[in-house]
Amino acid sequence: MLDKKSSFNGSESIASLVFLILGIVNIAFVLLICIYLIIAGLPAIKEIGIIDFLFGTRWASTATEPEFGILPFILTSIYGTAGAIVIGLPLGFFSAVYLAKFANKKVRTTIEPLIDLLAGIPSVVYGFVGMLVLVPAIQVIFNLPDGASLFAAIIVLAIMILPSIIKISITSLEAVPNEYELGSLALGANEIETCFRVTVKAAKSGIAAAVVLGVGRAIGEAMAVMMVAGNAANMPSLFESVRFLTTAVASEMSYSSGLQRDALFSIALVLFVFIMLINATLNMLLKRGGKR
Amino acid sequence: MKKQLASLLMALGMSAVVATPAFADMNISTDGSTSMEKVIGSLGEAFSEANSDVNFTYNPTGSGAGINAALEGRCDIGLSSRALKADEAAKLDGTTLCLDGIVVVVNPQNPVKDLTVEQIAQIFKGEIANWKDLGGADSQIVLIGREAGSGTRDGFETVTNTKDACKYRQELTSTGDVITTVSQNPNAIGYASLAAVSDKIHVVTVGGVSATKETIQSGEYKLQRPFVLVTRKGEKLSEAAQAFFDYAMSEEAKPIIEMAGAVPNK
Repeated sequence: MLDKKSSFNGSESIASLVFLILGIVNIAFVLLICIYLIIAGLPAIKEIGIIDFLFGTRWASTATEPEFGILPFILTSIYGTAGAIVIGLPLGFFSAVYLAKFANKKVRTTIEPLIDLLAGIPSVVYGFVGMLVLVPAIQVIFNLPDGASLFAAIIVLAIMILPSIIKISITSLEAVPNEYELGSLALGANEIETCFRVTVKAAKSGIAAAVVLGVGRAIGEAMAVMMVAGNAANMPSLFESVRFLTTAVASEMSYSSGLQRDALFSIALVLFVFIMLINATLNMLLKRGGKR
Repeated sequence: MKKQLASLLMALGMSAVVATPAFADMNISTDGSTSMEKVIGSLGEAFSEANSDVNFTYNPTGSGAGINAALEGRCDIGLSSRALKADEAAKLDGTTLCLDGIVVVVNPQNPVKDLTVEQIAQIFKGEIANWKDLGGADSQIVLIGREAGSGTRDGFETVTNTKDACKYRQELTSTGDVITTVSQNPNAIGYASLAAVSDKIHVVTVGGVSATKETIQSGEYKLQRPFVLVTRKGEKLSEAAQAFFDYAMSEEAKPIIEMAGAVPNK
């Protein structure tokens, strides 16, 4: 009896040790990446000067007198992400409300796997389709000399963030207790009123989390954007060729050297800080939702 | 069977001939042009494969830095993707390894089929902004280029003398993307290396000369630049470096150079 108990304890402590080690490995990876990025990213910022780097409007990394201003990239990333949310959020949110509350079972069982499929498509495929279909279409519709633009990138990003917005919104809408809705209906509200005044209000923090997750995905996307945005280092404008923070790093990394390479790491550091801020916001929102 | 054995023995014998020289100085260091990375990389790889005791290094620093490194003796062979200037040629020998041909491509629908080097430079600097000025349709010219640091971009801007002055609409990261984009947009013009030509796009003739291996070798086709091996005048290379130099200039190396996208010397 005693033996059995001690062996049980033994396996228990081994299991907890294994999980502890796995946890530490995970944290070590995160720390390693953080520390490496900071070490690799700071020297160029120091050399260029943080004001010139963050607020310079001209990027000419291989010119005879190189300039390293990344304000166009920062603004493009912000505008692009904001645009993707403006288009993607209403689309995703209303789809989620429909699927969670109004769709009959048959519709839902057909559409949900399709949304999963949308989430599973690799970003290079989005980029490729965007390059072959969307970019020429924009060129024709808006009568532009060339369709590769911030607008094309926004459309691609909006489609890419749809699945996560829909999925998380559905989950949070379904987590609202049925009694709330029944109570509202009993008080004489109709179904639409119940849905938007009661259910959506109760699911608010979950939907906010969906938005933040969408922002995180949109700001970190490189491949699809690189194929449709044109990549010229212009200040952002809806129908002009633009370069994002992510594509600035990805497009020049392969042949870069010296200060140019260091500056690319610095861009990565700036992007990293952005994404950390977004994650912190996400955690805050989720915590607030949990408390309620 | 006997025949097979004989040819096997012969092959062994031949590889032994190639592999036998053992070099006193095992290091071959090259330094210079980033555009030559592919050519010099494949040559170095093939050479080290045949001579496993050789340590081949390539330091991509740019033509100017490579010439300086050769001058100061910091490397065995300097690499330059331009001909040596007169003051450099006083102390250094430049041997043309091969030629780099760059083609200008437009959409097949575009009626403009021939441009001069001068016109190409004006187009990419934004001085000519509409196709109608060149006999084409009345539409804005869309410039498709490569990313900063790309060897093709460096080559194109050098031969057209448009360095840091190009007003690109799109900067793409691969030759394939340039070809696809130009094939999609009737207003587009782009550039690529000679090896990338496909029938989805139209290659313009430059001053009436079309880009082929022969016209590049004869110098008739103007959008080209030499890839030059730079060595110090009157100074002997180390045995290993000399062996590599001879190998790079040999007939045997020509298919490798061609595979790497350049045009070998005649």
